[in-house]
Order: sequence, then structure tokens, then C-alpha cells
Amino acid sequence: MDAERPNPVPAEVEVESRRKFLSRVSLGLSALAGAVVSVPILAYLLSPLIRPAPSQWRDIGAVGDFRVGETVEVAYEDPAPLPWAGQTALTALWLRRTADQAFTAFALNCTHLGCPVNWRQDAELFLCPCHGGVYYADGSVAGGPPPLPLTQYSVRIENDRVQVLTQPVTFA
Amino acid sequence: MKSILCWLDDRLGFSANVKPLIEHPVPPTGWDYTIGSATLIAFTVQVVTGVALAFTYVPTPDHAYESLNFITHVAILGNIVRGIHFWGSSAMVLLIGMHAAQVFLVGAFKFPREMNWLSGTMLLLFTLGMAFTGQLLRWNQDAYWAVVVAAAQAARVPVIGDWLTGILFAGETVGGATLTRFYATHVFMIPAIIFGALGLHLYLVIRHGVSEPPVPGFVVDKKTYRQRYEEIVHKIGVPFWPDAGWKDVVFALAVGSIVVVLAIIFGPPDLGTKADPTIVEAYPRPDWYFLWYFALLALIPSNIEDFFIVAFPAFIGLLFLALPLLAPVGERSFRRRPWAVGVVAFTAVSIGSLVILGYQAPWSPVLGDVTLPASVTAGLSGPQLDGAALFERKGCINCHMIAGSGGQRGPNLTTVGARLSPDQLTWRILNGGHNMPAYATTLTPQETSALVAFLASQR
Repeated sequence: MDAERPNPVPAEVEVESRRKFLSRVSLGLSALAGAVVSVPILAYLLSPLIRPAPSQWRDIGAVGDFRVGETVEVAYEDPAPLPWAGQTALTALWLRRTADQAFTAFALNCTHLGCPVNWRQDAELFLCPCHGGVYYADGSVAGGPPPLPLTQYSVRIENDRVQVLTQPVTFA
Repeated sequence: MKSILCWLDDRLGFSANVKPLIEHPVPPTGWDYTIGSATLIAFTVQVVTGVALAFTYVPTPDHAYESLNFITHVAILGNIVRGIHFWGSSAMVLLIGMHAAQVFLVGAFKFPREMNWLSGTMLLLFTLGMAFTGQLLRWNQDAYWAVVVAAAQAARVPVIGDWLTGILFAGETVGGATLTRFYATHVFMIPAIIFGALGLHLYLVIRHGVSEPPVPGFVVDKKTYRQRYEEIVHKIGVPFWPDAGWKDVVFALAVGSIVVVLAIIFGPPDLGTKADPTIVEAYPRPDWYFLWYFALLALIPSNIEDFFIVAFPAFIGLLFLALPLLAPVGERSFRRRPWAVGVVAFTAVSIGSLVILGYQAPWSPVLGDVTLPASVTAGLSGPQLDGAALFERKGCINCHMIAGSGGQRGPNLTTVGARLSPDQLTWRILNGGHNMPAYATTLTPQETSALVAFLASQR
């Protein structure tokens, strides 16, 4: 049959091009299979980024539980805790009752590198244990490396209950 | 018996394929060439003890700490296993650092072994990744907050910062998803990558041969090096096993013995308080392998911090990657490369000093219960005594030291009365300055004068 062709292809060239073809097809199919499998794996691993937890109002106590001028730590449930989260289902904030019907809520995290700031009632200062960042009672920077005031959460009063809007830990 | 061994040898091909490999000729080398194999043994020890720990460890936030407590205090010899894993991790980081320094000093990264160096760089990077992910698995307060700090640094990366933080946290806060993420990374992902990179690294050692100890004046030339290496190995080469390998065994045994003795005497580190995001009493501090960097961040001026946090690690990484490509030929001996010796000495001294400084952390205020010594308050009365009490209550003592008590964050005030006048003291207290808060709104005039009276008496 080959002999009837006008320009017969030499056998070794045909084998060579057949090998090249097979090798390309095999590698290409493998790469495709790898890419297909990667899609669900990557989406699964990145799901916390793709679908962030919704912000929710969390009840953190009655208005009467807090005294004007005092700053206290309040723990509340994380936006989307895992069933096995244990103690880490909770998160916390510093709550200051600034007036009869006014509250300010500060993140625990120092805006410098995220360490938990400590409130000193007598000194009326927040002190950071890591690099000595200091904040005044209103969250503004009093000294040290913090580039920004303490992050504030939204607070509202509903039916004499203090509520806070959950939000992710944010850094400067 | 003999026929069984012969059968095995024939079917497995030990004499045919493996024996020539382990007996391949190598140039005679010194003890400094054994650090790499000791790193490999340290890794093996980490794998074995790590697998043993994984038989018991539960990677969930509600049980991780308890399971580690069980391993440490209840399981038979569990504290030794955990101790070996802990001290072994230090040994591995130390050894891989020393191996990199030694390879750099003898110029073994040059032609044709550039890829040996680059695969080694990957191994160094992933070993540090193991050290980082391992700390969180302790699931105690300090480890928990250390990851928060790491995420805060990742957040400083331009454009993709928030995304990086999200990947590191596996969410918006450090929680259960973070722990399982670190666990899977620590026990499956990075070890798998290390096994692969290690295979490549060892294969390249066989392919290019163990580098000959450098002779000053014998420069590497791409045209002649391979031929000269063949001649050296042909003339003075010895079989790797056992002529060179015995030294590797002795050194690795010495390192292993030290690790086991440390594990028996000191055991694993105390677990401390269980991780709890609502407890602010924490002192986030990385283990020593990252403490030097933590200290460095505390010492640099804050206005270059944003740049530094990203640029410094990137710069070090680039240096490692560029080294064999920028200097592939030329002199290998450190006797003719004073800059190489200087870089290694500077790095070792810097890291050592920064780790020591990191443990002292003079930049951190003292947040525990700290009071003035009796010798300071003994003779005081009236406003001065009130001032001493205010010094403790108003947070002064957290940053300022008097007679050995207090923080080192601010200036030592033991003799401040001799240095500043009462007016100057008042001005500084009310207005603050540098890193000090202004107390104008939180001190009454009486309190201020009491505090000044106390400080003025400190001479």
C-alpha cells in the first residue's frame, strides 16, 4: 500500500514522529488531569478566602452590666466557629462605656503586630506586651511603634442590650 | 543461609547497583564534611519521633493541649519522645545552618554544583517552615499569639497581604481551621516536599561527586574542573563507605547523643497556659529559630518597618538563590575569600546576639506584678510616699526601672532626681514624649506633684 504513494515516508521518520506524538499526548493528558484535580483541591483549601464568614450582631451583655468610664474585656462567640473549636470559638474585645448610652469597642490586637493589648485601669492606658505600644483610653496611640489607633468594632444598644458587630481580625 | 542471602542479593540487585553507589570514590575530606549527613540523620529522627507523637496527638483546638499533656505526663516515656522531637528540631535547624555555612566557606556551591546549593536552599527554607508550623501545634498561649504576630507580618505584604493572612489563618481568626492547617502542613505537606528535595539533593551529590577540599590558588574553571576532579578522585579518592562514611556515623551519633541527653535532662518545654483568644495575658515570642528576627523587628526604626518586614526576608532569599549564579567559578578556599568569612562570622554573631537580646526583650514593658523594692520606699513619707505608690499604680514602673525593679522600655529612673529638675519632670510627665504617653488627663495636680516629689528624691 505504501509503495503506491507518490512520496513514501521513510519508516524511521514515521516512527520518530509517532514517538513524538505519543509522548506529547501522554504528557499533555497528564498535565490536564493534574489541572482538573487541582481545581477542587485549591478551591477547598482556599474556601475560607472565597467565602468569608458573614458579619453578625452579637449580644455581649446588658447596658447595666458596665459602668461609665470603665474598660472591661468581654468575650463573645466568633463569627463562624467550627463545631470542634473549643475555647477558640470565643473571641474578645475591650469594651468602654463612655457615657450613659454610649460604648466603644476596641480590638484586642495591637495595630503594630497583633499582640493582645492589656488595659491598665489605674493608668488608663492600654499596654502591649510585645514592643511596648501604648494607647490612651480612647484607643489613640500614646507611644511606641503602633502606626494606627486600636481598631474599633461597631457597637449598638438594642432593648437595653449591648451588641457588637463581628468582624475579622484586621491588621494595620 | 548463604543461598538465601545470594537470592536476595540477586533479586534486589544490592551488589550490582547499590554497593557501587555507597562505595563510589570520594576525595579525602575532613570532619566539616559530615554536617550535611548529620542534618539528614536529624531529619530522620524528627520523622520517627514525629510519627510517634502523631499516634497520640489530636489536632483540634479542644484536645490538642490535653493530648500533649497526656504525652508529656502520662504516656510511658512520652516526655522523652517529645523531648527528642523538641531538641531534635533545634539540632536540625542548627545543623542545616552550619551545613550551609560550611558549603559556602569551602565554595562547594560553585560549578558544577549550583543545583546542589539551590536544592539545599529549598531544604533550608522548608526546614524553617517545619520549625514555624511546629510551634503552633503546642497550642499554648504563646504559640497561639506568635501565629497572630506572624499573620500580622504577612498582612504587611503589599497587595496580597490580606490574602496571605487568610491563607495562614485559614479564616479570619486563629482557630480550629488554623490548627488543622498547620498540622497537615507540618506532618504531610512539608515533609513530602523535603523528601523530594532531599532525593534531588542526594542524587546531585552522586552526580557531581563530593567536592574536594579546596586548595588556595586552585580556581574553578568550567572548562577544566570536571577533568581535574576526575584526576583527583582517580589519584587519591577513597570509597565513601567506609573510608569517609565512618566519620559521618561518629558525628551523627555525637549529635544524636546530645539530643537524647538534653531530652532526658531537660525534657520538652513546659506547655504553659492553653491557647485562649480571650486571655490577654500572653507573651508572644517565637522559638529561638525566629527570635532573632523578632528582635531585629523590635530594633529597627518604625518608619522603615513596613518596608523591612517584606524586603528583609525577600533579600535573604534572593541572596541564597543568586549566590551560585553570580559566583559559579573562581577561588574556592575561604583563605582567599575574606568576604565570605566575614559574612559567615557577621551572620553568626548577629543571630547569636539577637537571640540573646530577644530573650531579654528590653523593648517590652514588664506586665506582671512588679513593685518598688523596700529600699526605695523605706524612708519615704507624705507626698513622696504617695508618689511612689502612684509610680506603681499609674504604670510608670512597667516601663521604667528604679533600683533594679521595673521595665527597661524607658530610661532608668534610679537617679532621675539628679538629672532632671522638678519642672522638667513635671513637663515630661504631663506631655509625654518619644515613646511615653502624656499623663496630663489622667493625673490630678496633687498626684502630679506627689509623683514629681518622689522622682526628685531619687538621686
